Amino acid sequence: MDGNTVRASSRLLKSTNKTALHLERRGKMTVMVCAFLIISAALSITIFLTVKGLDAFLENGVSIVDFLSSTNWNPTDHKSPTYGALSFIFGSFLVTILAACLAAPLGIGCAIFMTEIAPSWGKKVLQPVIELLVGVPSVVYGFIGLSVLVPFLRSVVGGQGFSVLAGTLVLAVMILPTVASIAADGLNSLPGGLREGSFALGATRWQTIWRVVLPAAMPTLLTAIVLGMARAFGEALAVQMVIGNVRTLPEALTDPAATLTTIITLNMGHTTFGSTENNVLWSLALILLAMSFFFILFIRYLSSRRKFS
Amino acid sequence: MSVATAQAQIFSVRNLNVWYGSQHALKDIELPIYKNEVTAIIGPSGCGKSTFIKTLNLMIQHVKRVRMSGELLYQERNLLDQGVDLVSLRKQVGMVFQKGNPFGKSIFENVAYGPRIHGMSKKKELEETVERALRDAFLWDEVKDRLHTSALGLSGGQQQRLCIARTIATRPEVLLMDEPTSALDPISTSKIEELAMQLKKDYTIVMVTHNMQQAARVSDRTAFFLMGELIEHDETGKIFSTPNDTRTENYVMGRFG
Ligand SMILES: Nc1ncnc2c1ncn2[C@@H]1O[C@H](COP(=O)(O)OP(=O)(O)OP(=O)(O)O)[C@@H](O)[C@H]1O
Ligand SMILES: [Mg+2]
Repeated sequence: MDGNTVRASSRLLKSTNKTALHLERRGKMTVMVCAFLIISAALSITIFLTVKGLDAFLENGVSIVDFLSSTNWNPTDHKSPTYGALSFIFGSFLVTILAACLAAPLGIGCAIFMTEIAPSWGKKVLQPVIELLVGVPSVVYGFIGLSVLVPFLRSVVGGQGFSVLAGTLVLAVMILPTVASIAADGLNSLPGGLREGSFALGATRWQTIWRVVLPAAMPTLLTAIVLGMARAFGEALAVQMVIGNVRTLPEALTDPAATLTTIITLNMGHTTFGSTENNVLWSLALILLAMSFFFILFIRYLSSRRKFS
Repeated sequence: MSVATAQAQIFSVRNLNVWYGSQHALKDIELPIYKNEVTAIIGPSGCGKSTFIKTLNLMIQHVKRVRMSGELLYQERNLLDQGVDLVSLRKQVGMVFQKGNPFGKSIFENVAYGPRIHGMSKKKELEETVERALRDAFLWDEVKDRLHTSALGLSGGQQQRLCIARTIATRPEVLLMDEPTSALDPISTSKIEELAMQLKKDYTIVMVTHNMQQAARVSDRTAFFLMGELIEHDETGKIFSTPNDTRTENYVMGRFG
């Protein structure tokens, strides 16, 4: 009896077993080192980008107002170089938003089809196919856009074919699988009792989808759209291949344009590190970083609002 | 034959068989369900109670690979025939599930959902219907000041009563309840039992329960299922005092299951 009490109380104290303690400490160390490495990588990228991105304004005296509000981009002019990036900022937002407007209804519609209308077939065939499409490299989408879509647009709507429209369509097709598969996951993870409850009240399938399923899944659906937009906003290659890359503001969907990413990839090769020209490219990159932070914060906010029983 | 046979049968189940794929879940069930009574369905886990209650409003049709045969007469009409209007059937035969499953909407919208999908749209009329349903479910006093807050903020017992309110808001004839109190505390349980006894004035109630005392307290008739078969059904007093079948006796005495 006495022996038992001693054992019980000693069990409640911290283990004094040497090897167990040692292992415990080693595990903790390994995990902490990994975490530290990742955090410091993310931090140093952020700091580096911020410093480099501000160099153009602080060191080279580029006006931040001009940079954000002028459409005059001519950093290679020797007499009076100009650094107005508005066209590209506008171009990035334009193709991203237009692509999201196309991909969101299509992707969510596709997700509804997979989960609500034809769940067995959808789960077995459609969902794996769509997840496969998520992994297709963007250069493939760009290449198809370049060799099929651009000539098609040229012959149907006129112009050169290289245009905001081409960029939008390529991006929309590219982010469609992302939107569809995340949305489908969201719909699948709703509690089954929700649909049953609606059917049992005499609702039809469409009423159930519109009034119960979609509202309940709304935060996840928005997350799907925002993740798609984040991918579209950061995409360089596929867009660059079809958008035409001009420095002016597009006036119509059929006009060519440029985006932040396409300007960076096109110009980083032939500017010298440390020059004003090179530094403004870093400023463009800083905008991209700020936007991706914004997208991440927005997704966090949405998922914290996710609420269903 | 007891006096009750003179009463109107709202459901009359004859020779009902249900299969899930190749599994024979209900075998030759013969069971009348009388108007304005509480019928309790009892039996050990897996005996087919939920299956039976889900056939009554054809919710079973949402399960894959289900087959049914026999006769399931609801007000003289065989529900197993082709072309049953599920919308109007479920408006008349409402169902409350084991686990409270309110929608992620406000309390008001949860209760208004049924009337809305059945075409009620006037604000005044909806408000009256919602209030009446919540009063009937003994929930009104607890929620009248927070009608437009999320239903998911209610306690488990309140959520279950909300689901009952949501179901009776469409003014059904029959109320099916599948273990409505199995996840609730004793106080919420007794509220729902009291509610069932009140509601039978206006509704016919079929209630699945694992709780013998509950069946004895609340129901007028009890049906005992065992492995997909209906062993015995009679007035509740008879089932609990002098059942015909020893298996029924063993079960209600708590000797197995
Ligand atoms: N969707 C389904 N697919 C296949 N078999 C099922 C399905 N639902 C139930 N069954 C089977 O049918 C039989 C009866 O199930 P049912 O859910 O009606 O039992 P129950 O009496 O309600 O049990 P419990 O008291 O545990 O709720 C069980 O053997 C079960 O495994
Ligand atoms: Mg059950």
